[in-house]
Amino acid sequence: MRSSVIIFPGSNCDRDMDVALKKFGFKNQMVWHNDKSIPKSDLIVLPGGFSYGDYLRCGSIASKSKIIKSVIDFANSGGLVLGICNGFQILTETGLLNGILQQNKFLNFICSNVYVKVKDKQNKYFKDLKKDVLELHIAHNEGNYFCSNDELKSLEDNNQIAVTYCGEDGTENETTNPNGAIKNIAGIFNKNKNVLGMMPHPERMIDKYLSGADGSLFFKNILDNFN
Amino acid sequence: MKIKVIVTLKNGVLDPQGKAIQQTLKGMNFGNVEDVRQGKYFEIEVKEKDEKKAKSLVDDMCKKLLANLVIEDYKIV
Repeated sequence: MRSSVIIFPGSNCDRDMDVALKKFGFKNQMVWHNDKSIPKSDLIVLPGGFSYGDYLRCGSIASKSKIIKSVIDFANSGGLVLGICNGFQILTETGLLNGILQQNKFLNFICSNVYVKVKDKQNKYFKDLKKDVLELHIAHNEGNYFCSNDELKSLEDNNQIAVTYCGEDGTENETTNPNGAIKNIAGIFNKNKNVLGMMPHPERMIDKYLSGADGSLFFKNILDNFN
Repeated sequence: MKIKVIVTLKNGVLDPQGKAIQQTLKGMNFGNVEDVRQGKYFEIEVKEKDEKKAKSLVDDMCKKLLANLVIEDYKIV
């Protein structure tokens, strides 16, 4: 499976993502934001970080980059596009995903391990995933997912909510919501479920001795579904 | 020509920074403060002499970049 990771000025999880993808057998390439086209890929990843220093709104400047037109065309033709953290913010600013990531409710930068519940498995990312709750890592200041009531209803009706913050046992409530996101939302899909944006970083959970291994399940699952 | 734009959060959208400022003001004994909303202010120098045309150009900029209409309103002043 061929993948491309887009690098923006200020991306800082691009190399972690490269390491993770290669570890599980993706043929990964790094692509600069100023390029016009993307090499042939089965998966495009917009990595985490602080593109353009989070100026104006997180992800807003990156969403106007030269490369983004190719990303949108790829997504609209059904290609898999994964945005992690700042990548998720960029995807909402391009309009590929609904809503926006606002500043965390309690104004704090959050850097911690969290549990997320996989809400939908009818898609190429989570189909046949062995677990329902994953332990992943978050590190963000703007992860407080917000959308209008109509958009939320549409997300729910189409099963576009991908992952939600929860406890180790899968309980979802206010105490397991780190940032104030509506309905504990940690990640969503577009309507066709080929575009996934999420705040947690699976690429930081690929070694059971260093951090945790649930990110490994995520990447292996994408590969298994592709093959 | 200089065009000025104010971008604010829509009514009903949580503004944690505004809330923090409000609480701080209260703590400083500005007891009459009922609500604070924080926004952004832009001054845009446009190469255009016709005010109507300049404003219409900035309006387009607001829709496409300066404001995110999911949560923000803008006002050209």
